[in-house]
Amino acid sequence: MKYVDEFRNPEKAQALQKEIEKLSQQIDKHLKIMEVCGGHTHSIFKYGIEEILPDNIELIHGPGCPVCVMPKGRIDDAIALCQNPNIIFTTFGDAMRVPGSKTSLLQAKAQGADIRMVYSPLDSLKIAKENPNKEIVFFGLGFETTAPSTAFTILQAAAENITNFSLFSNHVLVIPALQALLDNPDLELDGFVGPGHVSMVIGTDPYEFISQQYHKPIVISGFEPLDIFQSIWMLLKQIVENRCQVENQYNRLVEPTGNKNALAAMNQVFAIREKFEWRGLGEIPNSGFKIREEYAQFDAEVKFTIPNLKVPDHKACQCGEILKGVLKPWECKVFGTACTPETPIGTCMVSSEGACAAYYKYGRLSTMAKKAEKKAKVPVPLG
Amino acid sequence: MCLGIPGQIVEITNPEHKLAMVNVGGVKRQINIACIVDEQHPPEKCIGDWVLVHVGFAMNRINEQEAAETLQLLQEIAQAYT
Repeated sequence: MKYVDEFRNPEKAQALQKEIEKLSQQIDKHLKIMEVCGGHTHSIFKYGIEEILPDNIELIHGPGCPVCVMPKGRIDDAIALCQNPNIIFTTFGDAMRVPGSKTSLLQAKAQGADIRMVYSPLDSLKIAKENPNKEIVFFGLGFETTAPSTAFTILQAAAENITNFSLFSNHVLVIPALQALLDNPDLELDGFVGPGHVSMVIGTDPYEFISQQYHKPIVISGFEPLDIFQSIWMLLKQIVENRCQVENQYNRLVEPTGNKNALAAMNQVFAIREKFEWRGLGEIPNSGFKIREEYAQFDAEVKFTIPNLKVPDHKACQCGEILKGVLKPWECKVFGTACTPETPIGTCMVSSEGACAAYYKYGRLSTMAKKAEKKAKVPVPLG
Repeated sequence: MCLGIPGQIVEITNPEHKLAMVNVGGVKRQINIACIVDEQHPPEKCIGDWVLVHVGFAMNRINEQEAAETLQLLQEIAQAYT
């Protein structure tokens, strides 16, 4: 496929790997690089990128997977909405298996709730037209990549005067999460592989604070293996040359100022919440999107009574530490035993973009544990 | 979650609602092109454009020249090892 196959070329990947090896030998320390986006985490595991990086480069898998940072309480709120027999609840498939405090949306559907998986939020409008006597509520989740699509959907509902559609907004913003990570004293990072598709919408300019205030390099990256290799190579070059800049590897899709139409739609429909809860990271100021008052008729939180529950995470679950990169998935007490993709306790095991699910699916634990052992000079248990 | 897949716009199906048919690896699907339409790019001028498709929307146009330059740079690096 055009724009995919060319970026999976093994000869070019091997050359980049050798270049990365050369640069790593010029760096006299153990480097921690965070890939923020869950899409990158998935690619890194799928293509075995982490395994063939030099021993002194460690990838930290960040919180950029909207499913992984969805707090239990919001899932419980969604399930409470589904119990209303007048509501048809629509959602992306990603959210179906996320555990709430008692059940998931998938279990609620099995118990009779009318929950429908859609490919696009626009499909919810079609369902609304076909079911004029029902209320259709779309479970909006995702970062700035996905938020414009729900904003356009609300604008279309307004234009077509579709009154039986509303959005339960759980959209979150990348920049405040990065700020929270950078302010976390537990976390030592040497650089970031930045999210490609979020940046396609917001541009590269919003990341300038990372280089200017926190003096960390960041390279916005595409998702194919060559993209990720090239981004790591660009990051190492910055570190070797003692630079801290925002660089854009994914310039075939990302422009400095982003996509003006997508930003305009988001700004027209959404306002910033004062704070929003993230699983594992707690409440982060100004990190979520709510619907503006002008579009309150499309806001499920205005239209319906939402319990607005705060539910603590399972005691055994260490997703929070994993999302912050403080723990490796295999160091979690329940990894691969009580917590598996079939019976997830924590969200990092639910989504294919979660670090735990990636380690579980693609294995390679022995290789990764050996790398960690070399670094720490202490044995790493595999159990 | 933020997955995107390249596709080529092959037909404008509804200019008013900014809907177009996109070909993704041989599979055709209707998508919304509101993110990539402006005065310089009215819907009818989008036919043939390569776009990144995400949740039923064309989120951005793929810049052919930038892609070629990236691949050229990687080719130059690879040549040093052949």
